Amino acid sequence: MTLALPAASSSSSWRQPSILPGFGLSLGITISALSLVVLIPLAALFLKAASAGPADIWAIIASPRTQAALRLSFGAAAFSAIVNAIFGLIIAWVLVRYRFPGRRLLDAAVDLPFALPTAVAGISLAAIYAPNGWIGSLLAPFDIKVAYTPLGVMVALIFIGLPFVVRTVQPVLEEADIETEEAAALLGASRLRTIFRVILPGIVPALLTGFVLAFARAVGEYGSVIFIAGNVPMVSEIAPLLIVIRLEQFDYAGASVVAMIMLIVSFSLILAINAIQAWSRGRLGHV
Amino acid sequence: MSVAVTVESIQKTFANFAALRGVSLDVQPGELVALLGPSGSGKTTLLRLVAGLEQADGGRVLFDETDTRQLSLRDRRIGFVFQHYALFKHMNVASNIAFGLKARPRAERPSRSEIDQRVSDLMELVQLKGLERRFPVQLSGGQRQRVALARALAIEPRVLLLDEPFGALDAKVRKDLRSWLRDLHRRTGHTTLFVTHDQEEALELADRVAILNEGRLEQVGSPDDVYDHPATPFVCEFLGEANKLPVKVVGSQAFFGDRPVLGGLQQNQGGPASLYVRPQHLRIVDEAPLSLPGVVEDLRRNGAVRRAEVAVQGLAKRLDVDLASQVAPARGERIRLRISHGSLFAAA
Repeated sequence: MTLALPAASSSSSWRQPSILPGFGLSLGITISALSLVVLIPLAALFLKAASAGPADIWAIIASPRTQAALRLSFGAAAFSAIVNAIFGLIIAWVLVRYRFPGRRLLDAAVDLPFALPTAVAGISLAAIYAPNGWIGSLLAPFDIKVAYTPLGVMVALIFIGLPFVVRTVQPVLEEADIETEEAAALLGASRLRTIFRVILPGIVPALLTGFVLAFARAVGEYGSVIFIAGNVPMVSEIAPLLIVIRLEQFDYAGASVVAMIMLIVSFSLILAINAIQAWSRGRLGHV
Repeated sequence: MSVAVTVESIQKTFANFAALRGVSLDVQPGELVALLGPSGSGKTTLLRLVAGLEQADGGRVLFDETDTRQLSLRDRRIGFVFQHYALFKHMNVASNIAFGLKARPRAERPSRSEIDQRVSDLMELVQLKGLERRFPVQLSGGQRQRVALARALAIEPRVLLLDEPFGALDAKVRKDLRSWLRDLHRRTGHTTLFVTHDQEEALELADRVAILNEGRLEQVGSPDDVYDHPATPFVCEFLGEANKLPVKVVGSQAFFGDRPVLGGLQQNQGGPASLYVRPQHLRIVDEAPLSLPGVVEDLRRNGAVRRAEVAVQGLAKRLDVDLASQVAPARGERIRLRISHGSLFAAA
C-alpha cells in the first residue's frame, strides 16, 4: 500500500517550505515600500530622460561639460573612498585595540560628519582651506590650493565619507580572534606579515562594504561640495551641481539625462563590488 | 631537537588575582606532561608563560640551559595548539600548514618544493590527505584540530604546547584523538605540555601529570602515582571519586567511631584524620574484623560497573561501592565492607 503524497502545493519551487510564516507579507511590504520610495521615482526619472529622444540624449552625454562633471564626481568619489578606506581602517584599529584617555570622545567624534548639516561642513572646510584660512595659509607657500579646486572637492568628500568605513570595520575588528594573531607570532611571522596575511584578509569584506558606502555617499554629495569647490565649469563642477543648474534653466530633460547616467554608473559599480564581496564571504564562510 | 623545559618558581598576577604563586616544574626532553586542574587553577596561564604569550612577574622558564626571556617568539620555536583551533580562516588547509615555513626569513626559508613536500608529509601524518584545498569552515572540529596540530608541527618545534586541545570536541571524537595523539607522540617524540581539566584524559595520555590548584602545584607524578598515592586531599578528590571517612588514628590502625577499619598504617601520626577511599577499593566481605557494617540503600549502573550506595551509621553521606562480583546484594540487605586501599590525611 502506498501513502498518497500531498499534492504539490501551489507555491513554486524556489520557495523553501518553512514552518515560520510571514514570507508573503514581509515581501509584500518590502516591495511596496521600495516601490513608493525608490523604484517608482527612479522609473519616472528614466521616463523623463527618455522623453528627450536619442539624439538629444547623446548630445548631452557627449557634451564636454557633462563629461567633465561626471569625471570629477566619480573620480573624486573613488579617490576619497580609497583615502577613507585606509584612514578609516587605521582609526577603527586604534579605537578597538588601544585604551587611552579620550577614546570615547574620539569614538563619538567619528559620527559627527553624519550629524552635521553638510552645508556647515562645506563652509567650515572652505574657510579653513582657503588661502587665508588656518590650513590653507600653511599650504599656500607650497603653491597648493585646496579650496575652490578639485582637491577641495576631495577634502569635502573625505570628510563626509569617513564614518562609513570606521563604523563598518570596527565591529569586525572587535570580534577578530586574538588567538590567530598569537598563533601567527608563534609560528614565526613578523608583525607586518601577521597584519597583511592574517588580520587584513579577515576584514576585507567589511572594508569593501565601508568603501562602497563611502563611495556611494560621495557620488551623491551636494551640500558640502558646492561651498568648497568654487564650481568652475569644466574644472570643479560636480555632476549633482550640473543637474541643479539644468533644473534652474528649466532643462528638465537635460537634468534627468545626467541623473540617469550617474544612476547607471553607480549601480553597476556597486553591483560589481557587492559581487566581489559575496565571493570573498563565501570563502570565509561568514563575517 | 626537543629540549628540556624547566619552570623555576614562576609568579604571575593579573589585576589583584594571583594566577600562579611560585610554580616549579621540570619536563624531560621528549616527555609528555599534562597540566591538570579545575578552571581558574592557573594551568593555561602556565602554558602561555612557557610559550611566551604572557610575561612572568617572577621566576623564569628555561629551554635546556637557555633563559627564554632572551628568545624572541620566533626563536623559541614553539608549536602551540589552541582550544578553538585559531586556524587562518581565509587560507586553505595546505596554506595554513605551510604558514610557519613561509614566514621564515628568506635565508632560512625552505624552497617551494621542500615546503610542498613537508606539507604533504604532515597531511599524511595527521591523516587528512586529500583535504589540502579545503577551507577551515569546511572541516569538522576534529579535522580542524588536526590541521592546527600539523601547522604547529610544521616548524619543527622544540616544545609542543597544547591548550585543552580536545576541549571543544564531542566525547567520541575526543577519545579517538586521544589515542591518536598518544601514538603520534610516541613516533615524533616532542617535549609536550598539554593543559586539560579532564582527569581521565590526563591520566590516559601523560607520562607525568602535574596537578594545579589555585595557582599552586599540588603534586607531580606518574598517572599511577598521583592516582594511587595522592599527596593532598585535593588531588585525591579531583582524580576520580572518593568516599571520605572521618577517622581517628591510634597506633597502626584507623578507627571509624570505635571500630577499626584500616590496619597496617606506616604513618606515625596519631589523632583525627580523613580517610579517602575510592569506590573500587571497598569490598563486600563476610568476616567481621576490620570491616564496616552498612545497609544497601540503592543500586545503580555506572558505565561498566555496578555501584551500590551503602548507608553507614554515623556517616551522613552514603558510601559509593563498586561491585566486583556478578552477585549483587539486594536493596535493604545488611552487608560488611572492607577497605582494601585508602589515603589518609591528617585533619586540618
